[in-house]
Amino acid sequence: MSDKEPLFSKKNLRLLTDPLNSKNPITVQVLGICSALAVTAQLKPAVVMSLAVMVVTAFSNFTISLLRNGIPNRIRIIVQLVVIAALVIVVDQILKAYVYDVSKQLSVFVGLIITNCIIMGRLEAFALGNKPIPAFLDGIGNGAGYGLILVIVAFFRELLGSGTLWGYHVIPASWYIDNGGWYSNNGMMILPPMALVTVGMIIWVQRSKNRDLIED
Amino acid sequence: MENYINLFVKSIFVDNMVFAYFLGMCSFLAVSKSVKTATGLGLAVIFVLGITVPVDYLLQNYVLKEGALTWLSKDFAGVDLSFLSFIMFIAVIASMVQLVEMVVEKYAPALYTNLGIFLPLIAVNCAILGGSLFMQQREFVNIGEATSYGLGSGVGWFLAIVAIAAIREKIQYSNVPAPLRGLGITFIITGLMGIAFMGFMGIKF
Repeated sequence: MSDKEPLFSKKNLRLLTDPLNSKNPITVQVLGICSALAVTAQLKPAVVMSLAVMVVTAFSNFTISLLRNGIPNRIRIIVQLVVIAALVIVVDQILKAYVYDVSKQLSVFVGLIITNCIIMGRLEAFALGNKPIPAFLDGIGNGAGYGLILVIVAFFRELLGSGTLWGYHVIPASWYIDNGGWYSNNGMMILPPMALVTVGMIIWVQRSKNRDLIED
Repeated sequence: MENYINLFVKSIFVDNMVFAYFLGMCSFLAVSKSVKTATGLGLAVIFVLGITVPVDYLLQNYVLKEGALTWLSKDFAGVDLSFLSFIMFIAVIASMVQLVEMVVEKYAPALYTNLGIFLPLIAVNCAILGGSLFMQQREFVNIGEATSYGLGSGVGWFLAIVAIAAIREKIQYSNVPAPLRGLGITFIITGLMGIAFMGFMGIKF
């Protein structure tokens, strides 16, 4: 009778919330690091990227789950790649049409969603063995978990690195040294390596709270 | 010639795939526990990047780009297939990896058993697709430039993974705070190495 299971049963809800913390794709499953770090110098591209990944993960999970009994095991990777690539092309064209400046900023990283390990990882680990609706929710959940880390990293990098959030100045102009104040932006936060250090810090905080995740 | 060497060195150090663009991070973190496997995977990545970037360059310039099909007939001058590039590039990469796998299995069985599962996994290593997409974005003028860019990026990735594997082998003997052990400290080390690699910025021959 599992077909009659309500959409937001406890089990399905867990699919959505687990990836936010204890099964976070970035800090615990170590999936999808590549794109996560490159787009986080500012908040806006990070949010757009998270939405794009969430859409692609959810719909590719759904599609592969629908097809799961018809895909021969030996060629499943190429089938998965074709489904993902088709979805990414759609997302890329939509981004180019509606938010062209952000799409320019993300440059190759939209295309790299194809090889984002979150998507392949969830397809292999979940969609191939589950029904379409839970697979869809799992995709949304993992996309959201990915997005959460992206937004946290981008928040700190943009705030400390350029003193802005979403492009708006939040540090009062009078604080800056140029205007006779005491504050100046930490230019290092804009540089790519600081994204890695920031994620390292997030992992540190998360694992001190949640001791089960500690590796030995 | 100078141009090629310059591009090669630049793509190894300044535009390092791992430290400047974070490409191929997943396998970089997963396979860097011992220097030996890291070396094997690094070599395979150099090889695959060195082949796929020039092949995708030809594809880009003779099939996908706007007006690229004019060598077939003048009527195709306005055809722009560049929206298909993701799917074409990934197909080239997947088939190249398959080909490399078969060749290695036939002629170097020892290497094949050493690389094991990592060889097919190169197909989903973002450094490979990233190489092709950057090639497309930078509009190299000829195939020589594309080749030296591909090889250089591969060597850069190789250097990075061997370096981090060596550090991780040593760090096992250090007293790292428990929540940072494993993944956390690896991230921070990679960040520090990235900062060190920024010292190469502006290098020229």
